[in-house]
Amino acid sequence: MKSFCISPATLSRLMPMHLILAKDGKIDQFGPTAAKLHPDGKLSGLSFFDFFDVRRPVNTKCVAHILTTNGAKLHLITRDERQIALKAVAMPFEGHQGVLLNLSFGISVVDAIHAYDLNIGDFAATDLAVEMLYLLEAKSAAMSESRKLNTRLQGAKIAAEEQAYTDVLTGLKNRRAMNHVLSRFIEAGEDFGLMQVDLDYFKNVNDTLGHAAGDFVLLEVAKILTDETRDEDLVARVGGDEFVLIFHRLTDITRLNEIANRIINRMELPIPFDGLSCRISASIGTTVSNYYNSPKVDDMLKDADLALYASKHKGRACSTMFTADLARSSSLSTSLNEKGNALTDD
Amino acid sequence: MHGLINRSLECFLSDTYGNDVWHDVVNGANLGIDKFESMLEYDDSLTYAVLDAAADRLSKSQATLLEDLGTYLVSHPRVESLRRLLRFGGGSFIEFLHSLDDLQDRAKLALPELKLPRLTLIDCENAGQYKLSCRGPYKGFGRVMLGLLRAMADDYGALVVLEDQESDQGNEDISITLVESEFSDGRAFSLAGPIGAQI
Repeated sequence: MKSFCISPATLSRLMPMHLILAKDGKIDQFGPTAAKLHPDGKLSGLSFFDFFDVRRPVNTKCVAHILTTNGAKLHLITRDERQIALKAVAMPFEGHQGVLLNLSFGISVVDAIHAYDLNIGDFAATDLAVEMLYLLEAKSAAMSESRKLNTRLQGAKIAAEEQAYTDVLTGLKNRRAMNHVLSRFIEAGEDFGLMQVDLDYFKNVNDTLGHAAGDFVLLEVAKILTDETRDEDLVARVGGDEFVLIFHRLTDITRLNEIANRIINRMELPIPFDGLSCRISASIGTTVSNYYNSPKVDDMLKDADLALYASKHKGRACSTMFTADLARSSSLSTSLNEKGNALTDD
Repeated sequence: MHGLINRSLECFLSDTYGNDVWHDVVNGANLGIDKFESMLEYDDSLTYAVLDAAADRLSKSQATLLEDLGTYLVSHPRVESLRRLLRFGGGSFIEFLHSLDDLQDRAKLALPELKLPRLTLIDCENAGQYKLSCRGPYKGFGRVMLGLLRAMADDYGALVVLEDQESDQGNEDISITLVESEFSDGRAFSLAGPIGAQI
């Protein structure tokens, strides 16, 4: 191959980050961007090995070692406090006993542009560093927009959940929906029956057979409650194993008792799950709107609850209709209430 | 149209003319939303509805509004990140002009779903004379580019004369005369910028 001469100016244009080392490791010549690695640009005569620590290949301590790399990648790090990592390729060339090195910042280009205040003109037109910085900045801007969108969507999701009327697990209505319907019925002067249904032994299913079995049982319960009510009635899950049923324009105590008993009977049938048999039951307390002169949501819920406690107290798996007597006996004996609480905690 | 374009239009209108004007535009355009998300895609008709409503509300031609939008995109502090991305195109205004050929590909690297017109810079016979051709996909981009080039020339400190040329093939061409590339100092640009600057 024909050898040729290349002037330092041409070399600097092609490789602004080149260094030429003399045989003794002193920097002989350097490109304009390489000069920026030194605070005063005075690289001339400095020892390459004093200025850079050659990390790889290990034990590269002199020009002779560098020459044996035969163009393999060198990993350098500046010995000043900035500790900028660089890549380099070194090759010998004719008429010189030293070595020509071409440097590149590689992945540390972001640190380097800050450390050395580099600009577009400091990179060779063929160097992809500027494109890489462009891409980094463009992607960061896009990512930041996406993050903002995600945050807003997350907020909207929480708000939507708060406003939702549906219980996610069972697809029944939730407490919010129940409150809404109760207020609407009372405001419109509509008569209705209110039933509190509390599962018995459900905690036992959850604890011994696992949450998957528990969730399955809740779905079966939801099905039973939906089956035993009409379309115009509301079935809501208001707690882990607590349900409220609102019967539109149904205040007939006999009929409500019949429905409560049907529900209990069906709940007591074993529910097969994954080869196992889940057994639960239900306690029910009921009240009706025409029992009150001016019905109030809180009063009716409290009274249905009282009737429910009475059912629990009676030994579970039964239903109780709220009466004034029940209210009186409960207010006389706070111990009943405590006992009731203890009992529901099954 | 990409949300980024719609959001730019929204920010331009509300930063320049105030939130009240933006809300009038929202109502006038029957948008059904009161702000655009920059990372979502919207039906093209929404963008044109906003432009119609804004031109109507401000009693300006759409062409003028689009040109002002282009200037806003480079000169308003709120969209500094876009100015920076454009400055990555080159160290001088002429290098920047040459980089416009790659603008579509540069945009695609950052956001693959963002569709920008194909720009081609054509050198004319006279020195310092160029023609920038904007081809599809949306009409009106040429006007935005006109405002954007004006502001970028100021940014680089170059003195240019720009002229809008509607070509027969429906291309929007801009004739560019570079009078002096270093007319003023322009605005400083350093590669080391704030990472993650917001639009």
